[in-house]
Amino acid sequence: MARLSSIVVMVPADSGAGKSPAAAARLDADSSGWLQALGCAGPARKAALGRLHELLVRIARGEVARRGPRLGITGPELEDLAYQAAADALLAITSKLGQFRGESRFTTWAYKFVILEVSAKIGRHFWRHPAVPWDAEDWDRLPARFGFDPAHQAEWRELLAALRRAVDEKLTARQRQVFVAIVLNGVPLDALTVELASNRNAIYKTLFDARRKLRAALAANGYIGDDA
Amino acid sequence: MNGWSALDRFLQTDPRDVGCAEAMEMLHIYAELIAASGPAEQQYPGIAAHLRACGPCGEDFAGLLAALRDEAP
Repeated sequence: MARLSSIVVMVPADSGAGKSPAAAARLDADSSGWLQALGCAGPARKAALGRLHELLVRIARGEVARRGPRLGITGPELEDLAYQAAADALLAITSKLGQFRGESRFTTWAYKFVILEVSAKIGRHFWRHPAVPWDAEDWDRLPARFGFDPAHQAEWRELLAALRRAVDEKLTARQRQVFVAIVLNGVPLDALTVELASNRNAIYKTLFDARRKLRAALAANGYIGDDA
Repeated sequence: MNGWSALDRFLQTDPRDVGCAEAMEMLHIYAELIAASGPAEQQYPGIAAHLRACGPCGEDFAGLLAALRDEAP
């Protein structure tokens, strides 16, 4: 579990806080107070870091409790995940203070960092007990992934055969890889970013383009309506 | 939801969708606007489209919104 004392030492000295008077002029009193305290030196800054850490731990705990039941993570592991997320978020926040533009309350901006840290840590946690290999190509799994009823196979067999043909013929190797991992094997997108050393935006865009291609292929053959 | 509608929904793409990077950049502003019952969807249609389509970003949005609502007086 991360300790606050070590976090305080690691905070960059020049974080850029207070460098934007235009933004500061729009700030509410609470946000302005945070920026001032975190931008100064000495005991006032240390106290502000302590208060911010407490807030982040509270938000992280709430978030892991909200997501925990669906993830199968409980007890000390969940608590540890919350503390790690809060510690990493504190470092990110203090190093990016100069990027806070006052478009929301400071605490809302700060909470975003800890929520994103929780997501990233849950993504990494997935690989401790993966249900199936991320690149396994068991296409018999496809109907269940979309909730097709086996009792009505005659109605959807042709559609899913066409979908698989479109995956084979229309997608790039990367799009196919992402489709197989996320759709066929149920790998969470954030977990896949870890495996492929990528980021959420890039994986989402790859799948977005794949979805568009697959719809166009199915629509061209009359299996499904066109988006347009 | 049956298989047909689940597949149909999965294959729907909204051209206004701004992607994860832009949505996350603006998430704190968007969430605050929603928490205050402001016109977030009208003001940021591309972010609204993205949060509807992207599970992980939608989850982050739900988490941030829950945090804001928890501390509301």
